[in-house]
This record gives sequence, C-alpha cells and structure tokens, in this order.
Amino acid sequence: MTTELTTLLVEIFVALLILIGAGFTLLGSFGLVRLRDLYERLHTPTKATTLGVGSLLIASAVFFTWREPGVSLHEVLVAVFLFITAPVSAHLIAKAALHQRSPSRSGLPPESLLEKHDGHGAKPRPNAEAKQKPSQTG
Amino acid sequence: MNELPETGLILNLALAVGFLLVTVAVLLSLWRLIIGPDQPDRILALDTLYVNTVALLVLLDIKLASSLYFEAALLIALFGFVGTVALAKFLTRGDIIE
Repeated sequence: MTTELTTLLVEIFVALLILIGAGFTLLGSFGLVRLRDLYERLHTPTKATTLGVGSLLIASAVFFTWREPGVSLHEVLVAVFLFITAPVSAHLIAKAALHQRSPSRSGLPPESLLEKHDGHGAKPRPNAEAKQKPSQTG
Repeated sequence: MNELPETGLILNLALAVGFLLVTVAVLLSLWRLIIGPDQPDRILALDTLYVNTVALLVLLDIKLASSLYFEAALLIALFGFVGTVALAKFLTRGDIIE
C-alpha cells in the first residue's frame, strides 16, 4: 500500500515538473516568434527556455533516481552546462547584432560608443557606413 | 518490492502533453529560423532549436525509461554551443580562427 502511494506521489511530482518545463519551453519559442526586434527576442530563449529545460532535467533526475538504484546525475551535468552556456551565447549574439547595427525599436547607442566596441580586426558592414552619418573622427 | 510498475497513466498523459508542447516549440523556432529578417535572428533561432532538441531527448528518455539518450543530449548541447559561438564570432570578426 505504501509502495503504491509512493509511486503515485512520485508520478504526480514528475508529471508536474514535465508540464511546467514543457510549458516554459513553449513560452520561450513563442516569445521568439512574437516579439518585435532582435534585442527583445534575445530575452525569451535565454530565460524561459533555459528554465523549462532545467525543469525537465530535474524531472528526469527525480524519475531515474526513483526507478533505478543509486542517484542519477547525468541530468545535472546537462543542466549545469546549459545554465552556463546560455548567457554566454546570448552575449555573443547581442554583440554580433550590435556590430551589424541591427535595428532596434528603442534606438541604438550612439555611433561613437558602438565603434569603440567593434574591435580591431573588424570592419563595419558597408551599408552600415552608408546609412549612418559620417561620424566625427576621434 | 515486487516488480517495478510500468509508468502509469498520469505520467503517460503528462509525457504526451509535454511532447506536444515541445514539438510546437520546435516548430515555432523553426519558423523564426526561416523568416528571421537578419543573420543574428537566425543564429538565435538555431540556438533555441538545439535547446528544444535537448528537451525533446530528455522527454524521450523518460518515456522509454532508459538513460540511453543522455549522451546524445549532452553532445547536442555541447556542439550547439560551439556552433553558436562560431557563427556569432564569424559575424563579428569576419573570421572564426584568427
């Protein structure tokens, strides 16, 4: 009787975690389609999707720890890796977008500031130069 | 403890709903990958796509009750990150390895 009860409780717990995780994953991709410019779109995949996948991985860890002997730790490895890499890749994508002068609804930072972060080996896109006013040298 | 019970009704139902939601998420990020007006948009869509694939593989693992696909999920997470970094660096620098 107690085994039955434990089984039921673990199942309900894992099912809840799966529903929360899948819901947040869907929310992340929905925001990716719905939001209006790139800098807004960067938010949802890096926050909602990471949270959703983290929840799914916790569900999997609970499930396999309950089902098989010993503690299951592969999932923690994947979760830690995703949690570390998501902000790094978001930062790199934002940097690439700023380098390309990808249009923003709330306006880009001033050109003198952007130029400072373009880096040495980089040359700005030709149409970015044509679009912007010739900046004062400095 | 007698033999392990198969995954019950509640878990199967939640797994079915979870597969449905994550598949819709994959399709949505695929849509952004196709229509993305700019190159960084497409990189971001690819990034989301591989994270969604990791979610799908984790769900498949729970469904099959075997930890066979964790290595695949880990590899996809790893190479997806490397791919995102390479593409973003290519856009920023015009070169990947300097």
